[in-house]
Amino acid sequence: MSDMTNPTTARPRFDWKAPAYEALIRKRRRSEVWLKTAGLVSISLALGFLALMLVALTATGYKAFTQTHVTIEVPISPDNVDSADIFGSNWRRVMQASIANMFPDLDQAGLKEAGAILSNGAQFLVRDAVIADPSLIGGVLTITVPTSDPFDQLNKGLVDRDTPEGNRRVTDAQIAAFDKLVAEGRISTPFSWGLFTSPDSRFPELAGLKGAFIGSGYLLLVCFAIALPIGIGAAIYLEEFAPKTRFSDLIEVNINNLAAVPSVVFGLLALSVFLNWFGLTRGSPLVGGMTLALMSLPTIIIATRAALKAVPPSIREAALGVGASRQQVVFHHVLPLAMPGIMTGTIIAMAQAIGETAPLLLIGMNAFMTSAPSTPFESATTLPTQIFIWADSPERGFVSRTSAAILVLLAILVMMNGLAIWLRRKFERRW
Amino acid sequence: MTGLAFLILFAAVILGYVLNRKAALQIKSQGARMHSLTGFHGLYSALLVAVPGFVVILGWLILQPVIVDRSVMAGLPDGVLDGLDKGAASLVLAEIKSIARGQVFGTPEDWKLAAAETLAARNAAASLALVVLIAVMSLAIIFFARSRVSADFRARHGVEKIVMGLMIFCSTVAIFTTVGIVLSLLFESIKFFRMVPLNEFLFGLRWEPQIAIRADQVAGQGAFGVVPVILGSVVIMMIALVVAVPIGLFSAIYLNEFASPRARNIIKPTLEVLAGVPTIVYGFFAILVVAPFLRGAGASMGLEISPNTALAAGICMAIMLIPFISSFADDALSAVPRALSDGSLALGATRGETMQKILFPAAVPGIVGGILLAVSRAIGETMIVVMAAGIIASLTLNPLDSVTTVTVQIVTLLIGDTEFDNPKTLAAFALGSLLFLITLCINILALRIVRKYREQYD
Repeated sequence: MSDMTNPTTARPRFDWKAPAYEALIRKRRRSEVWLKTAGLVSISLALGFLALMLVALTATGYKAFTQTHVTIEVPISPDNVDSADIFGSNWRRVMQASIANMFPDLDQAGLKEAGAILSNGAQFLVRDAVIADPSLIGGVLTITVPTSDPFDQLNKGLVDRDTPEGNRRVTDAQIAAFDKLVAEGRISTPFSWGLFTSPDSRFPELAGLKGAFIGSGYLLLVCFAIALPIGIGAAIYLEEFAPKTRFSDLIEVNINNLAAVPSVVFGLLALSVFLNWFGLTRGSPLVGGMTLALMSLPTIIIATRAALKAVPPSIREAALGVGASRQQVVFHHVLPLAMPGIMTGTIIAMAQAIGETAPLLLIGMNAFMTSAPSTPFESATTLPTQIFIWADSPERGFVSRTSAAILVLLAILVMMNGLAIWLRRKFERRW
Repeated sequence: MTGLAFLILFAAVILGYVLNRKAALQIKSQGARMHSLTGFHGLYSALLVAVPGFVVILGWLILQPVIVDRSVMAGLPDGVLDGLDKGAASLVLAEIKSIARGQVFGTPEDWKLAAAETLAARNAAASLALVVLIAVMSLAIIFFARSRVSADFRARHGVEKIVMGLMIFCSTVAIFTTVGIVLSLLFESIKFFRMVPLNEFLFGLRWEPQIAIRADQVAGQGAFGVVPVILGSVVIMMIALVVAVPIGLFSAIYLNEFASPRARNIIKPTLEVLAGVPTIVYGFFAILVVAPFLRGAGASMGLEISPNTALAAGICMAIMLIPFISSFADDALSAVPRALSDGSLALGATRGETMQKILFPAAVPGIVGGILLAVSRAIGETMIVVMAAGIIASLTLNPLDSVTTVTVQIVTLLIGDTEFDNPKTLAAFALGSLLFLITLCINILALRIVRKYREQYD
């Protein structure tokens, strides 16, 4: 009976306020806080890396989106330019005459130094202008041409005027000449359309991404045209028709393994099969596209299978019920419903393909090309391999060009992924 | 000419479809009860024309240059190729080809001009033959298909059989790819191991492939020892893991247990962005920011840091791996049944204790599997190391030194070199086989671990 009247005697009341217990609680809370902080720090580190990368790329790259130009008057004297052979005329002398006109008070050596302000390609721009309009011969052509890279850097404030002359790429005399041009209002820094519309060049101020855009475009086209039908065909077979046999197991294991094979191995495959055995053109978007198609197949197959799986069985049963054959069920009902999911997966696979570099290096898509390819069967570069070429170039001006090209590539990726997300949102269906 | 062949094939496909469908429609209009819909009769003809036509064109395109080149080379006058090795002979062929294209440099010998003419003529003849073959074959198939149209012809079954065959072919492409990879690596590696013995490759401590351009310096000098290269890969992989594993795991733990659903919905996709960035961007980031920063920091601490230190490449690789590890760990943690963590919380454990004592141990197999996959990625990753790591193999474990990796060597050995008979190029394939084997083993091991040690809760 005493148990019922006084239960506390059997088990003493726990003292929640005891110092030993409070210390324990504090310890437990501390470890809780510690774990939480570690998580937060990790996440901020990861996001910080991302932010740092974007900031660093933007900081070095944004200046490449403008290009320093100089407006010059070029006397096209008939002495230098032969109207019968405009292309082969002495354009170097034409440019020298133009420089001499701009700097009347400089001697021969000074003129030579000042001449370095103009891009090496300036004479070709003048030549092309005269070829387009031969009536200029004998007159004066006023034209805006890019400056050479050191002066582009100088104009953008990337060259410190206080460093000793020997440590800079521009001499004091050249700076004086450049400042004179600035004072005359000849220097301008417009948006650099050349970055998008010119092909590659040895000179950073003339190098552009045109060839890379076209090469990447062809490559994606080939990759898409091969990978999408094959991927969808394989996924439909495996998901809807394949009996559970060793053969279908083998295929599945293969697909999963392929997804984990390092990309450079695909490059080796392409090199020995497509280039050496079939003898296809080295560095052509056709070969690149075929290689990347093999690489993106697993991604597309896995995405397509997931999309097919998401279509509820009731749709299939209803179609079968009204007399459709199994293939009619798939092609008339299941596939159209799965299409948004398939497209989303395909776009993501293409976004991976457009950033892929390593296999393309092995099949020679990193060759220096001064013209854009006109068919997928010619050698070309792509955006990432162009970035690789520029990153490897020693000229200072290519650093900002590389960053700018990376920003362009990232922008394209953001657009493709945005499209995929938009597709998913728009067509997402809950059954 | 190839375009013409495709055009003819395309026209034949349409013609076959229209003819058969028309015939079927006519039968139907006479009141007969058709087994298949008229469209299937059309499709039957179209597919019957398209599939073999396509195969023939592709096969022709692949085989024609090989066969024509061989026949031209075989038809060269006696003696001109005497004393030339395979490489020089292929140069002769390239010259003949460029002459055939109309690009004549200097004054080639008469027999080369003659050979170029034969080459051009044979190529033209072969293209013409292709066009004729496609046209004749397509017409024959169209007639055959047209002759089969009747009320009880099972066109739908025929179509479905062809489509099923196509789909099965599509799914075997994955097998062909794997077989292609294995065979191409194997063949070139065997050629390599004929020049450099296998045990020298596997256990040699010196990797100096550039020296071996001269034939008399090839084997025997131990210039193809893969150990320092593998060691370099391992050093960079370890750096990457030491950085990426804690960051990835703690991020996953926070996202899984502490973050509000809203924060999770924002942070998770942002982290995944890191996985979508092309690796060449990380490589450039490494040489633009990380390596100079490390050098500066090292200099201020009195440390000598190599310009292409393994640390820079490792750190950038770690950034790439963070989302990979964190999403794997997150999935593994989420796969633990809710009842387990609810039970732990109900007993009075804090969220942190639940994570440490219940969720994390239960998720370990999945997490280890994820880390192993990250290892295989780190070893196979190419662009970051090509740009940020060195190309000289040195036997060192010091992360501040410059090291080289398997993938870097593959790329440097093959860039700009297509001669397939020197050990330098073939070494890249031997390295490729090694890389393929290593990553394959790690991947299989990872899947095994996930399968074998995963707790079954149902």
